[in-house]
Amino acid sequence: MTSIGHEVWMAVVTCFAAIFTQNILLTTFLGMCPFTSVSREVKTAAGLGAAVVFVMTCTTVLNWLAYQYVLIPLGLEFFRFILFIIIIAAFVQLVEMIIDRYSPTLYQALGIFLPLITVNCAILGASLFMVIRGYSLIVTVGYGFGSGVGWLLAILAMAGIRQKFNEAKVPKGLQGPGITLIIAGLMALAFVGFTGVLS
Amino acid sequence: MSPTPIKPRQIMLNGLWRDNPIFRQILGICSTLAVTNVVLNTAVMCVSLTLVTALSCWTVSLLRNWTPRNIRMMVQTLIIAFYVIIVDLILKAYWPEMSRNLGPYVGLIITNCIVMGRCEAFAGSNPPRLSFIDGLFSGLGYSFVLLAISVVRELLGMGTFLGIPMPYFSGAYWDKWIIMVMPPGAFFALASALWICRSIGAKEVKK
Repeated sequence: MTSIGHEVWMAVVTCFAAIFTQNILLTTFLGMCPFTSVSREVKTAAGLGAAVVFVMTCTTVLNWLAYQYVLIPLGLEFFRFILFIIIIAAFVQLVEMIIDRYSPTLYQALGIFLPLITVNCAILGASLFMVIRGYSLIVTVGYGFGSGVGWLLAILAMAGIRQKFNEAKVPKGLQGPGITLIIAGLMALAFVGFTGVLS
Repeated sequence: MSPTPIKPRQIMLNGLWRDNPIFRQILGICSTLAVTNVVLNTAVMCVSLTLVTALSCWTVSLLRNWTPRNIRMMVQTLIIAFYVIIVDLILKAYWPEMSRNLGPYVGLIITNCIVMGRCEAFAGSNPPRLSFIDGLFSGLGYSFVLLAISVVRELLGMGTFLGIPMPYFSGAYWDKWIIMVMPPGAFFALASALWICRSIGAKEVKK
C-alpha cells in the first residue's frame, strides 16, 4: 500500500514539475510550431491546448504500455520511434473524428492544425522523455497530463498577450514570429523563477 | 504532371537563404532552441538533420510514383523514421555520450517540420536528384543559422568555443551571461537571429 501511495505522490509531484519547473514548451522547447502559429486568438489556443492535454495524456500511457509490454519483451526498443508515431497518428485521427462530431465550430477553427498534432513534437517528445527517464505507469499518467497542462498554460498566456499586443508598434523585421519568440523568452524567464520550488 | 523546370543552383539558393527553413518559414525551431547551448551538440545535430533530410527527400522522390496520395503522409513519416533510427543507432554505438546529451532530440527529427515540409512540398513532385539537392541545402540552411546561434550562446554563456576557453570571454573581467545557456536565452538568441536575417532580407527586396 505504501509503495502505491508513494507512486501516486510521485505522480503528483511529477505533474506539477511538468507544469511549472520543467514546462515542456518553455524549458524543452517542444511544440514550438503550433505555439507560434496558433497563438493569435485565445479561443483557438484554448481549443488546441485542450486537445493537446487530452492527446498527450492518452498517448503517453498507450506508448508506455506498448513499450513495456511489446517492445521490451521482443527486444525491439529501437523500433519505438515508429511505433510511437503510429500510435499517436491513430489516436489523433480518433480525436479529430470526435471533435468533428461534437463541436463543428472548433473543428472549423482548428482546420488544418488538428492533423498537425501528429507532428507536434511535444506529443512525441513527452513519450520519448518518459522512456528516457524510466517513469512507472502511474508517474507517466501524471507526467503526460502535467506536460499537456503546461503546454496549454503557455499557449493561453501567449495568446492573451498577443491579443493585447495587436496595436503595439513592432520593428519590421521582428513582426510575427520574432516578437512571439521574445515574449516566449520573457515567459521562460518567469518560469525559471519556479526552479527549486519542487525537488 | 509536369513540374516547372527548376535549376539546381536556384534550389541551393532557396534552401540556404531565400526560403531558409528557420528564419523564412519558421520551421523546425524546437530543436533550434534546444540544442544550441553548446556548439558541439549543435554540430552533431546539424549533420544528423541534414543527412536525414537529404536522404528522406531522395527516397520519397524515388517512391513518389508508387505512393498512393492518401497515405503519403504515413509513408513519408515511415521513411523519415527509418533514417532517424539509423542515425540514432550509429550515435548510440559510437558516441554514447553525445547520444545522451542530445536526449530525445535525435528522435524528434521525425517530427521536425523541415524534413516533413521538404518531402511534402518538393520531393513529392520532383525527380530524385533535385530532391536530394533540395533536402541537402535546406539542411545546410538550417545548419548555418543554428551554428551561428550556438556560437553566440556558448561564447556569451560559458566563455568557451567547442569547450575551449576563449581569451577575453573566459577571463575574470567577463561576467558570464548564464542566462544565454538557459532556456530563456535560446528564445532571445533565436529572436535576434530572426530579426537580423529578416532585416537583411527586407533590404534585398527593396533593391
